[in-house]
Amino acid sequence: FKHSPIRSAHVAWSVFSFFGVFILKMAAVQGGLVDASEEKDIKTEPSSDGCGNNDTNDARPLSTSPGSNAPGGNAKTSSGSTEEQQTLLAVLQFLKKNNLTESVEILRREAGLPEDSLDLKVGVDASALLSRVLIVSHLTASGEDQPDVNVVLSAYSQQGDPALYETYYSGLKRFIETVLDCHRAELSQVFYPLFVHMYLELVYNNHENEAKSFFEKFSGDQECYYEEDLRVLSSLTKKEHMRGNETLLDFRTSKFVLRISRDSYQLLKRHLQERQNNQIWNIIQEHLYIDIFDGMPRSKSQIDAMSGSLAGEAKRDANKSKVYYGLLKEPEIELPLDDEDEEAENEEGKPKKKKPKKDSMGSKSKKQDPNAPSQTRIPLPELKDSDKLDKIMYMKEATKRIRLGPETLPSICFYSFLNAYQGLTAVDLTDDSSLIAGGFADSTVRVWCVTPKKLRKVKSAADLNLIDKESDDVLERIMDEKTASESKILYGHSGPVYGISFSPDRNYLLSSSEDGTVRLWSLQTFTCLVGYKGHNYPVWDTQFSPHGYYFVSGGHDRVARLWATDHYQPLRMFAGHLADITCTRFHPNSNYVATGSSDRTIRLWDVLTGNCVRIFTGLLCRIHASFFIQPFIYGFAPKCSMDNTVRLWDSMKAFDDLETDDFTAATGHIHLQDNSQELLLGTYMSKSTPVIHLHFTRRNLLLAAGAYNP
Amino acid sequence: MAEERRQKQCSVVLPTESMKAMAESVGVGQLQEDSCVALSEEVSYRIKEIAQDALKFMHHGKRRKLTTSDVDNALKLKNVEPLYGFQSQEFIPFRFASGGGRELHFYEEKEVDLSDIINTPLPRVPLDVSLKAHWLSIEGMQPAIPENPPPATKEQQKSESTEPLKVVKPGQEEEGTIQNKTQGTTATDGKGKEKGMIRLKPRSTHELSVEQQLYYKEITEACVGSCEAKRAVCLFYGDSEGVRVNVVQNNLALLIYLMRMVKALMDNPTLYLEKYLHELIPAVVTCIVSKQLCLRPDVDNHWALRDFAARLMAQSCKTFSTTTNNIQSRITKTFTKSWLDDKTQWTTRYGCIAGLAELGPDVIKTLILPRLSVEGARIKAVMEGPVVSNIDKIGADHVQSLLLKHCASVIAKIRPQPDNVEQYRSDYGYLGPMLCSHVMKARTQAALQAQQVNRTTLTITQPRPTLSVSQSGLSGSSGPRTPSIIKVPSSLTLMSPRPGTPSQPSPPATKYIVMATSAGAASTQQVITLSSSQTASPVTSTVPSASSTLQPLVKLESGSGTGLTGSRPLQKYIVVSLPSSASSSLENKSSVLPTSISSTQLEAGMKLDRSESPGASTQSPH
Repeated sequence: FKHSPIRSAHVAWSVFSFFGVFILKMAAVQGGLVDASEEKDIKTEPSSDGCGNNDTNDARPLSTSPGSNAPGGNAKTSSGSTEEQQTLLAVLQFLKKNNLTESVEILRREAGLPEDSLDLKVGVDASALLSRVLIVSHLTASGEDQPDVNVVLSAYSQQGDPALYETYYSGLKRFIETVLDCHRAELSQVFYPLFVHMYLELVYNNHENEAKSFFEKFSGDQECYYEEDLRVLSSLTKKEHMRGNETLLDFRTSKFVLRISRDSYQLLKRHLQERQNNQIWNIIQEHLYIDIFDGMPRSKSQIDAMSGSLAGEAKRDANKSKVYYGLLKEPEIELPLDDEDEEAENEEGKPKKKKPKKDSMGSKSKKQDPNAPSQTRIPLPELKDSDKLDKIMYMKEATKRIRLGPETLPSICFYSFLNAYQGLTAVDLTDDSSLIAGGFADSTVRVWCVTPKKLRKVKSAADLNLIDKESDDVLERIMDEKTASESKILYGHSGPVYGISFSPDRNYLLSSSEDGTVRLWSLQTFTCLVGYKGHNYPVWDTQFSPHGYYFVSGGHDRVARLWATDHYQPLRMFAGHLADITCTRFHPNSNYVATGSSDRTIRLWDVLTGNCVRIFTGLLCRIHASFFIQPFIYGFAPKCSMDNTVRLWDSMKAFDDLETDDFTAATGHIHLQDNSQELLLGTYMSKSTPVIHLHFTRRNLLLAAGAYNP
Repeated sequence: MAEERRQKQCSVVLPTESMKAMAESVGVGQLQEDSCVALSEEVSYRIKEIAQDALKFMHHGKRRKLTTSDVDNALKLKNVEPLYGFQSQEFIPFRFASGGGRELHFYEEKEVDLSDIINTPLPRVPLDVSLKAHWLSIEGMQPAIPENPPPATKEQQKSESTEPLKVVKPGQEEEGTIQNKTQGTTATDGKGKEKGMIRLKPRSTHELSVEQQLYYKEITEACVGSCEAKRAVCLFYGDSEGVRVNVVQNNLALLIYLMRMVKALMDNPTLYLEKYLHELIPAVVTCIVSKQLCLRPDVDNHWALRDFAARLMAQSCKTFSTTTNNIQSRITKTFTKSWLDDKTQWTTRYGCIAGLAELGPDVIKTLILPRLSVEGARIKAVMEGPVVSNIDKIGADHVQSLLLKHCASVIAKIRPQPDNVEQYRSDYGYLGPMLCSHVMKARTQAALQAQQVNRTTLTITQPRPTLSVSQSGLSGSSGPRTPSIIKVPSSLTLMSPRPGTPSQPSPPATKYIVMATSAGAASTQQVITLSSSQTASPVTSTVPSASSTLQPLVKLESGSGTGLTGSRPLQKYIVVSLPSSASSSLENKSSVLPTSISSTQLEAGMKLDRSESPGASTQSPH
């Protein structure tokens, strides 16, 4: 089984298919908190979906239905009108403004609006209404485009009595606290988005003191996983601050998604109507996306497993599309493999022992995984001879792999970076564990050779001309013996290097840096080949595809980019995250890219189409790294963290437990908790060395790396 | 607690005075109060924003400490010119100033003389980054090599042994908040089946690496010296075994070593002995109360061993006594029982009293003081009555001095000031008058000490009184004392090894070198001499290695002797020369000088006074 590199602190698991590939997410919380969770996508098991076959479409009409009922009992039309009505009114207003009187007439007649419908809107700022419509169209048309800040903000211009906000909120709180237990957990989800939007409304309307007291009064009630957002929010006390605040924009541009059972929703609706609590109702209608499902209300733990991201849960249709999670088969290797292998075996003189294993390996790769994408779904680079040789090496090593289990724990070899002075920011190891590279805060990238073989540069062009190109050992001859050393330093970045990744063929190295560039280095000449510019902000992570050629990068600009090494512009841009992308990982079949973000979601993107095919929520802390592993081989989820420990988790057991669970209630997560003695197999302290990288060698030796801080 | 923090977050704003100061610094004289408020709010908000961004850089830099470069990077994100000149890695060089009711933090820009910089020698070039590999774990076991941290801290072991059900792992407490919220999930996932089960951590056996074994061998050889290896092994496998063997053989020297080993084990910061107390305590108690510990009880100083063991006992009581194991009360009961027994030998009696006395003033007050008169009568019977045996006499004498030593300080504390001899006699019987003089001495000592504390410098004259005090001890009455084991100094206090007084070896003396290592890595070497015959010949040859190493550091006063007593005043000279921070320099010196000065010199003197070896000092030729 294969572990692609992890970068930092904490692990969360998510399985996004039943028999498929597990994504291991690594998530980190400030101060070294650990939280880990596993997620199972219930979409691939429609029958097990406890929510039935509700179409998302029924969510929207439902959410607006109370609105259409409302005008009857409500004096305030502004709050009672439905979204459609508002849209119509806005259009009317727009037409009127532009003196298109005839169109106004026609529209009014067709929509059956009363003559004075426009006059009713006196209290409401026309532009606000318009802008609200604009936002809606923005959202529906372009999905995640960020609309103009002013427009977004003006949606808050709607006035309510600031003094009553607290009463409203506490009234709702009281109601939810007294409601039946089964509904309480579901309805409590409303608290956080309501709180934020009410607060922002207060701030926008210059009720600074009310906003402050509102915040102080109710911020303590919010779930702990929102703490980071609340911190941002708390600093925001003035209308002027709202402009240019990214967190705020996230809130406004994306509706907060909630899933509530029909019963609970009706309960809430009835309560709000009885109280005529229009302020809250407006917010729920405008800023929340409530996905209603038939069935049992969910329990607190189920909700906790799904919520927690910046924008609530994932919409249901977001996770509908098919994902080819199978592995690509590796066809060409087999023939040379057998020859080579026999030779090797003869050399070693133990042919009998290994043969059966080899066959099983071969037969395994022969059959095509039904869930695998077609071989040519995305064009992959052709295998070179050297790659084939490498694959053969890999197979050979794989036979010597130690089977790991709770009884046979892996050995851990620790690489300490000495004298790094807190400057080590990223580490990567090649798959064959022959090279280790470190990115440093002083903008350098250093490559070490951990085998006795030294690193050599290719000779200069003039010298290369002198070489006999026909000779057998030409590859040996082109290397300059004089440059042999154990480590090489690569200069080129102008900021701390946050991400680093070796190409699978070990000829290239990628590094991403604070300076906004991703650089491709040659490990033959130890020079920079390309600087990929596109991210204007720090690039937090980058990774090569398992097949080479492609690589993905993501950073502060919230956009992940897919690049090919021979293009200076990105091939795909993956936009959708609401906060920094902190880690980027390729699926082992290279067809998908997973990105983790500080908006506490992980998104899976299709490389072919560029679409987001999965959104994983329910991570209660910042995601720092993720990686894919394959199931059904004894799995270990090693975890490295800032608290100087390496921990081994029994991931297979975690999966097994999940599978025996009934899926109708499946929350889709397994939290790897520190105190779950069942799963935690070992904790190994290092000596004041924060572990920042872990890597399983082909023989299942665990390598860890970190900088020693005396 | 999170709520509290949050509430504060909301309202933290820079004071308007800062704004005014800033404005003045750029030449804006009169700034309206309103503008100040507006400015400070805006600035506070921006600062918070930048700090939040800076945190991002800290996290991605895999650090836990925010640095100035993080702030710079955060500023760059906002397209703001970073602040130049704050590149210091370790601290931000702001200085604080106040005056005229205003407080200010400013960045001190020193004028730098280029020639100074040019002339100063270059600092050492920082070492280049290098890579080192070691085994963190071999098949699940963490090897005990220097690269790995020591197996577990004492606190952890303590919590594990005392509360095995809730084994706390590092980092778990912090997670409390999130854990609690998410706990439900696992419970449902696992159908709650793990919930009720308590998994006890299997006891792991630590393999002894080759290095450790070698190390152990070295240690035991160094400790036990010429002893055969078998005994060393015996020592290792169980102290109690070793003690039993040696008690039977009356091998006093070895017993001392064994006790030293126990002491070292207890002082080891990485060992928590709670689990092995049942092995240790019987051994220690044996060394305290055994009837006979040496071949020639009349000559050898087994008293010191008893004292030392008693102190060990007290230490382990203090460290390990809990409500469950009740060590202290059990030990106290044992001691009291055998003490009250009339047939108890003087040696055991001594041990019991020593053991009780070491447990602290409260024990002395409640258990020893009421029995002083009875004990006094018994001593009187031996001392003044018909000569039964020399051994008894010596024993009674020791018990008497022991009682005086321990009781005097306690009485000094609990009795009102006027010390009337007659009063004492009526209260405490035979021992009364002697107690009275001791109490008075203790009072003056305390007064002196109080006086000394106020002084910033220490003078040379101090050690002398120490000696004279010890001379005026009880030894006068019992004549020249048997050359004896010197009380092991470092056992007096855990922290600082005290320089001991040199003793006089007599011709057939056996020498043992005892190493006492303290936390500060300063080690004292002492030569303990055991002699079988009483000789009064002053010997100065047993110079601790310390004083020779002292020479380059301190000028030796001529004629002050080469013994430790001589070197002590010299160290004080250093202190005098640095009067500004006497105590801190003392600390520093103690880590440099091999023979560390105790930070409270006088106390050392008092302790010496109480120790059994004043005879040695009496005869030293100073």
